[in-house]
Amino acid sequence: MANFGNLSLTLAFVFAIYSILALSIGLKTRRRELVKSGQRAVYAYFVFVTCAVFSLLYLLATSNFRIEYVASVSNQAMPFYYKLAALWGGQEGSLLFWTWIIVIYAAVVVFRNRHRRTDLVPAALAVMSLTVLFFLFLNRFSESPFKELAMAHAGGGDPTPFTPADGQGLNPLLQHPVMVIHPPILYLGYVGMVVPFAFAMAALITRELGNAWITLIRRWTLVAWGFLGLGILLGGKWAYMELGWGGYWAWDPVENASLMPWLTATAFLHSVIVQEKKNMLKVWNVVLIIATYLLVIFGTFLTRSGVVSSVHAFAESSIGPFFVGYITIVGAACVMLVFSRLQYLRSDNELDSIVSRESSFLFNNLVFLGACFAVLWGTVFPVLSEAIQGEKITVGAPFFNKINIPVGLFLLFLTGVGPLLAWRKTSLRSLRKNFLWPLAAGAVVAVALFAAGVRGFYALVALYLCVFVTLTIVLEYYRGIRTRMRAHGELAHEALFRLVSKGKRRYGGYIVHFGIVLIFLGFTGNAFNKETQGEVKEGETLSIGSYELRCERIFEGEKGTYTYLAADLSVTKNGKPLGTLTPEKRYYSASEQPTTEVALRSTLVEDLYTVFAGMTDDRQRAVIQLYLNPLVAWVWIGTLVLVFGTIVAILPDAHEASIQRKKKQLERLLRSTEKM
Amino acid sequence: MKRKNGRVVFGIVIVVAALVYFGVAGFEEGKAYYKTIEELTDLGDRAYDKRLRVGGTVVEGSISKAGTGLTFQLEQNDLKLTVVYTGTSPVPDTFKDGAEALCDGTYQVDGTFKATAIQAKCASKYEAEYGTAAAEN
Repeated sequence: MANFGNLSLTLAFVFAIYSILALSIGLKTRRRELVKSGQRAVYAYFVFVTCAVFSLLYLLATSNFRIEYVASVSNQAMPFYYKLAALWGGQEGSLLFWTWIIVIYAAVVVFRNRHRRTDLVPAALAVMSLTVLFFLFLNRFSESPFKELAMAHAGGGDPTPFTPADGQGLNPLLQHPVMVIHPPILYLGYVGMVVPFAFAMAALITRELGNAWITLIRRWTLVAWGFLGLGILLGGKWAYMELGWGGYWAWDPVENASLMPWLTATAFLHSVIVQEKKNMLKVWNVVLIIATYLLVIFGTFLTRSGVVSSVHAFAESSIGPFFVGYITIVGAACVMLVFSRLQYLRSDNELDSIVSRESSFLFNNLVFLGACFAVLWGTVFPVLSEAIQGEKITVGAPFFNKINIPVGLFLLFLTGVGPLLAWRKTSLRSLRKNFLWPLAAGAVVAVALFAAGVRGFYALVALYLCVFVTLTIVLEYYRGIRTRMRAHGELAHEALFRLVSKGKRRYGGYIVHFGIVLIFLGFTGNAFNKETQGEVKEGETLSIGSYELRCERIFEGEKGTYTYLAADLSVTKNGKPLGTLTPEKRYYSASEQPTTEVALRSTLVEDLYTVFAGMTDDRQRAVIQLYLNPLVAWVWIGTLVLVFGTIVAILPDAHEASIQRKKKQLERLLRSTEKM
Repeated sequence: MKRKNGRVVFGIVIVVAALVYFGVAGFEEGKAYYKTIEELTDLGDRAYDKRLRVGGTVVEGSISKAGTGLTFQLEQNDLKLTVVYTGTSPVPDTFKDGAEALCDGTYQVDGTFKATAIQAKCASKYEAEYGTAAAEN
């Protein structure tokens, strides 16, 4: 099976080379048959990479520990679904998984555009194949998941094959349901950004720099963006549930690596609207998508090369130089390409006023990019400072928070303001009409909260903006519905449905914005977090906020692959009983690794988060860590709203679909006449 | 450029200036010098007023609880450093004998390191295990 996997990878590698050559030569010499053959090669490498993935899955499912990768991420006792999820549980497997997703995307691009006659598609596929080739090279020649274990002899000679009785097992921290879905979703987002990048490059190469490429990738970008955002937030959820330090975001280099392309992609999503409507910012958009792609590759590199120290336990490996080389070459090529096409990228318009939709997009982009730069700076600063000054300086969470809290609030403000400003110039009257009430209501809420004893400048500003933005969104819906009800005599719910389905992108976008508001509401809760630690015997109590926790029982046991220590804590709030929480400490014997199982009581107002930190040295008392985290649930609720809004925005427009249908009919007609 | 762009440019300047300000302020607040144990002892008096980060391997059997915190020894290139952890969060699950640990905190006049935060990574035991197996053969 391992040989089969290796062979599949080799064949995929060959087909990737062929597809790049066939597509580029075919485009250059205008030989359509060659272009077609290059596109079919995409299907071929898709099939072969899929074969490789399935052979690795087979090896994992059958616990074939002769394979080094299988032995390092799996063991006999693991449940079947974790055995399969181990596909992305380690370095080599997850790199193969990366490749698999990009070839799936490439195959879908070929399939969806099979009737489209534009040079953009083959050119984009050539760019995608290049990325595929790079990763296949790593899969096949550097980080092969199919390597067999061999044991070197002390006295030299050929190493002999070697099969350990059992594997190391998947890192217990990763044995969590969220961890099964987080990597695939994050990868779908991460890798998905390759598609818009490829089309942008294709537009530059073919000089078709109108809006065609932007229209082609609109959904792709949204899909990738949605997955990326969901993946990042799921990662936060996992950290919250599994790492046991009471938070969900630590500005860890690996977290930053996923956030950076999200920031540039979000800027891109917004600024393409300006290009579509006003033919401005063309260079800017190309630069943003190039930056996103490079950050995706850079993030993959950061996660796997051991350059920066991180909680993520990927081994340090030798793939660093390959990535640095690839990023340098591709980056240089992109810059050259953009410069050589500058004359095609001129703007047709210019900014008229600072109070306009255009300028709100401009500021949105500026701030997103600023945030991304700050995160990048903080992440790589240890490496930079060592290289330049010879002194390694790290910047911790205070740096990231200091800059990103005000940035986030400014973006939240723009979320409320931007969509309601008119293109070109907004009149004072329309400003008053759109913003007077939301601003006033926000102020009332902020004053009320202050009077109720809520302190903290940023927290109050954040809550003020949450109210403000929510109201601007509600007002937008309200006005739209009212107009329809008057014009078409529809009932409210009919009007709502039609309103959204006629403007999915706009109204879906508002839903996404509302999701962001909820997530910010959750973030704001951080300003009011409380924590305490205590050592308790059975019968003793701990308290935090208005909660009281009584330790009823401390017990231990064994279950499957681990032994555990746990405590039953009965919770009361202001004397009212609320049930029992059982935080647990597990100890996985295969990997000699303890893990924390948090026990949580989550409400819309606050999370009571309990951790079993261990026993005291005399083994008499349990050390219990308590956290009271207000509003956290809104982060997860906001995530769901965000995903829902993205889906609405992606759904095909009925109008657009009918145009597409007619276009297809015409094309078919054209082809049949050609044959005659 | 034209006058109507003046305000936009002004706005951009303000935003960029604010970003730079927050960046610099945050940097001063959050920076920590990453030192090896050897450098730490060489720093002398300059070591005591800085936020520092040291890394190393947790010495086998050195972890002991002291009050609410714990103490342990870090080893790097045969040099040892006693660390007193005073942070409020529980140490990460990956923190144990033989793990690679990163400690943030300050160097004390008595030669110990007062850590307020600890990150830890499992030592990659994999090669070691099969390595010994190979030696036995």
